[in-house]
Amino acid sequence: MAIMKKDEAEPVLRLDGISIRFGDVVANDNISFELKEGEIVALLGENGAGKTSLMNILFGHYVADSGTVQAFGNSLPPGDPAAALTAGIGMVHQHFTLADQMSVLENIILGTEPLFSLRQNRAAARKRIKSLSTDFGLQVDPDSAITDLSVGERQRVEILKALYRDVRILILDEPTAVLTPGETEALFATLHKLVANGLSIIFISHKLHEVLAVSDRVIVLRGGKLVKTVPTGTATRSQLAGLMMGAELEETEFPGGEPRSVMLELSSITTQRSPGRPALDGIELRLSAGEITGVAGVSGNGQATLAAIIEGGQRPDKGTILINGEPQEGWSARRALACNIGRIPEDRHAIGMIGEMTVTENVISERYGSDRFSRYGILDQRACEEFAEAIIRDYDVKCPSPDIRVRLLSGGNMQKLILARAFDGNPEIILANQPTRGLDIGAVNYVHRKLIEARDKGAAILLISEDLDEIRALSDRIVVMSKGRLSPPSARGELSIAELGERMAGRGDVWEDQKSGGGKYAA
Amino acid sequence: MRLEPRETQSAAMTLAYPVGAIATTLVIASILVMLAGASPFNVFWLVLKGAAGSQFALIETLTRATPLIFTGLAVAVAFRARLWNIGAEAQLYIGAVITVVLGTGALPLPSAILIPVLTASVLLGGALVLLGPAFLKIQFGVDEVVTTLLLNFIVLLFVSMLLEGALKDPMGLGWPQSKRVIAEAQLPRLIQGKRLHFGFILALASAMITWFIMKKSTLGYEMRAVGHNPQAAAFAGIPVNRVLIKTALLSGGLASLAGYSEVAGLKGNLTLDLSPGYGYTGIVVAMLAMLNPAGVVAAAIFVAGIFVGADAMSRATNVPSYIAEVMVATALLTMVTAIMLSRYRIKWR
Amino acid sequence: MEAFEILLNASFWVAAIRIASPLIFATMGELISERAGVLNLGIEGIMTVGAFVGWFTVYAGGGLWFGVCAAALAGAAFGLLHGFLTVPLGLSQHVTGIGITLLATSLTYFSYRLLLPEVTSPPKIEAFAPFAIPVLSDIPLIGPALFAQTPLTYLAFITVGIVAWGLYRTPAGLAVRVVGENPAAVEAQGISVTLIRMAAVATGSALMAIGGAFLTMSAFNSFFFEMINGRGWICIALVVFGSWRPGKALLGAILFAAFDAYQIRLQQVAGDLVPYQVFLMLPYILSILALIAVARRATYPKALMIPYQKGER
Repeated sequence: MAIMKKDEAEPVLRLDGISIRFGDVVANDNISFELKEGEIVALLGENGAGKTSLMNILFGHYVADSGTVQAFGNSLPPGDPAAALTAGIGMVHQHFTLADQMSVLENIILGTEPLFSLRQNRAAARKRIKSLSTDFGLQVDPDSAITDLSVGERQRVEILKALYRDVRILILDEPTAVLTPGETEALFATLHKLVANGLSIIFISHKLHEVLAVSDRVIVLRGGKLVKTVPTGTATRSQLAGLMMGAELEETEFPGGEPRSVMLELSSITTQRSPGRPALDGIELRLSAGEITGVAGVSGNGQATLAAIIEGGQRPDKGTILINGEPQEGWSARRALACNIGRIPEDRHAIGMIGEMTVTENVISERYGSDRFSRYGILDQRACEEFAEAIIRDYDVKCPSPDIRVRLLSGGNMQKLILARAFDGNPEIILANQPTRGLDIGAVNYVHRKLIEARDKGAAILLISEDLDEIRALSDRIVVMSKGRLSPPSARGELSIAELGERMAGRGDVWEDQKSGGGKYAA
Repeated sequence: MRLEPRETQSAAMTLAYPVGAIATTLVIASILVMLAGASPFNVFWLVLKGAAGSQFALIETLTRATPLIFTGLAVAVAFRARLWNIGAEAQLYIGAVITVVLGTGALPLPSAILIPVLTASVLLGGALVLLGPAFLKIQFGVDEVVTTLLLNFIVLLFVSMLLEGALKDPMGLGWPQSKRVIAEAQLPRLIQGKRLHFGFILALASAMITWFIMKKSTLGYEMRAVGHNPQAAAFAGIPVNRVLIKTALLSGGLASLAGYSEVAGLKGNLTLDLSPGYGYTGIVVAMLAMLNPAGVVAAAIFVAGIFVGADAMSRATNVPSYIAEVMVATALLTMVTAIMLSRYRIKWR
Repeated sequence: MEAFEILLNASFWVAAIRIASPLIFATMGELISERAGVLNLGIEGIMTVGAFVGWFTVYAGGGLWFGVCAAALAGAAFGLLHGFLTVPLGLSQHVTGIGITLLATSLTYFSYRLLLPEVTSPPKIEAFAPFAIPVLSDIPLIGPALFAQTPLTYLAFITVGIVAWGLYRTPAGLAVRVVGENPAAVEAQGISVTLIRMAAVATGSALMAIGGAFLTMSAFNSFFFEMINGRGWICIALVVFGSWRPGKALLGAILFAAFDAYQIRLQQVAGDLVPYQVFLMLPYILSILALIAVARRATYPKALMIPYQKGER
């Protein structure tokens, strides 16, 4: 295929004056840009900068309040994913859009044939999928069910879905969030093969080094506005960071903590795999007062199970939980609360808060049965409200009244309520599971400060995060989780990003040693 | 078309939408009435007169509302915790069975003791009926909608068996009916010589107690949390399964009181046509009341009024009295739509 | 020994297949709907509508097949209403379904009283007659059971084949299965979730109505109140029992019907010893037991009962 030189190429995609509001929030404010043939454009921005909503407009999931999208010179009708697909635009969503019980093949051919035709040519489809796989390094068996695939393989299926339709423009929304450093390399290789074949790619990310590594041009979004377009060749890390956050990057240095006695100990914890809960294999972990222990790792390697065990949502099949040296029997969420564990759950919408209930009702949910909030099974309305009002004041929660339904609050304010609930009563142990996911930079800093504050007051904190930078900035000790196992701890700054990446991918001698050594490396 | 949550809900809107729902129901009913060759205004006037146009009509409406308050409360309580109890009909009949088993002479006690004993036994019996489906839901993940629905049929056959066997009235000329409850077991009439009975007071008291539990108690709080988001409730340490069991006991008990009140207050004995679907109508009552126990009383009186009024109306016109059932079902659908529209706005793009 | 001999009697199997036929239609209807992610508790009422519309069309002078089509259309209309309320509006599928059943049933009764004000005993129609397929119907035992039934019974079996083939071998069927599993996947591939779900609910409801029509047009030959008698709810149990697969659901329907036919005959044998109501209860109890048996293993369509908003994921 003949490839034109990039600077001569015609724009294949043109966005003009796109704006959209959700309620009071302006998600996109008059955004325009062009994509040229054979180019990889990175769309860089913090969480909440408007990247995903812009792409959802482009792909027809949302309808913009104003502005137009043109592909190959033709206007796209708003709100019509089918038209976007027909025009040659494909999208790999951050949260995969796959049907788990169906085969790879079925997921790929869905919607590629006339809906009411009476037959399907599966043999031809299978052949084509296989040849696309080989051409672009996207190995996956067309006949396996999605549920049997790893996260990396699922992403390949998503890319194949688009390629199968002969898309000319591919949008990838935070594609590396779920990949190990090694898998990310492989993805980048695939992307380069694709542009070599004349495709154009929009790559959405908030990770600076990836953007610099893969793109030709970087478009920076902040607060819904397009801030600047920079050719990657001339861009620097600190320049991009500055554009993205609105100020020169200020790498906050948090002072280290002073570890004291062991508060929580997990001893050879093992669980079976269950839906949404990967297995754990002989977990050894000790959390000391006045110390933050960070768990690094790619999501889906057992962090959710580890968190569920500490939260009291699941009991281990084998192994012991010791609090202050006492082995725990009948472990449950109630026991965990009684042991003064403060918990910040991974998914604040689904687990952390009950959106349809009020602020007051949500902040008392872990303690409504105590004498503070109820007597003889009757709620003390006044005490509950006073508590909620105090939280709104102390944590600076933006909300008109404690009687408002939590669903109407922003993510950052919701997280403040969760922090307030978790930190009430000065917990001795704190589980912070992805505490800053999806928050804007101000809220992230707030959460970080609060965690450090709690640590300095003597709490033993376990921080689970996908964000390696966050782990490295906050943790006094880092353990790595891979395939249901925990690596031995390393002190802050002891390992480089590359070394941590090796451990996240399950490589390196630490895993072997642990297998034979049992509790030798107990963290 | 997309739905967007409304951030605020003005008082006018919370009122306007239910009114709109009732208006839509009336329009649809009007079409049917016209198909039947009658004038809607005349028919609705006759319904209104038949429901509330005289002392007799009013008393009849309140009498008919009594079992609906109980079943409406039962459904409201269960649905609040998202326990889909569609089996109020079965619980009602079990309440009636317990009333005749204990109230036809087996317990020779004075009224002041017998009535509380009966109330307690009936509550317990109905509670146990719903315990089964709740247990199956918790233990095996069996959908309680199907089990409670099927239980309605099983219980009705069970009652039929009893009425032709163990509970059959030997003096009943071969009809499948039970003996009459003894005088001490009867709920007194509120007005001498009129059909309205003490069961109505019991229903009002139940509504007040239920309101208090739902609004003020920790149990009510737990039920709402479990209903809105069981995962989040479990995370916060709320014992979800235990709350579901308690909900089932409360809901089943309330529904069974309907059977008790109908037998001991109104009919005197148990027959197979004790309930013309009060259990199912309770769902409509609960939804019209937006699951609010205080609203259940009003909704039950409204629905009972339609039934009583339609009966009177159909005697005077050629419009079949089934128009009442149609109106009640339509009101259910328009009402849930209205509640949704008051909380979300439709964006047509 | 009498209890066992029943099983070797051809008339028993004929009855079993006849009892199974309406269940097969309605179970397939519910299965399509649930496969698309929409629980349809309107089934009991929609069967009532189908029973009445099919019967009345013939009573009023229409042809038999015309009656079946009329029933299907009436069912589809209620299906569209259920679909509209639960898919784009996202109302609770439980509450809406119960509402549809109440509405469909009461409208039917209202219409019956309006259209036949004078009748005391329900009039009969000239219904579908059994049609023996030559040669095949001479096979002992299964011949009469499977090949000497009315055309509607044959249609029931053909329907299972079409549903199975449609779900697993056509693009539309794939879309239905995926929309019940992950609607976002359907939207991402440029297909409207609303369209697929509404179409599935309407088609399923048409089948439910034909199931109801079977009762008046191929079994009892007249319409009477409460004639569906919980068959719709049984079908919901059968869908679960069949793990949302047409073949297994068919097997379940036949097993259930055989059991029903068996208890009727057992009543005649053992009627003096055990009250007949116990036998009548058995099918309902069996349904509950079947649900308990499969509940742990069942793989639900993941998006069943979860409304979908465009652009949501």
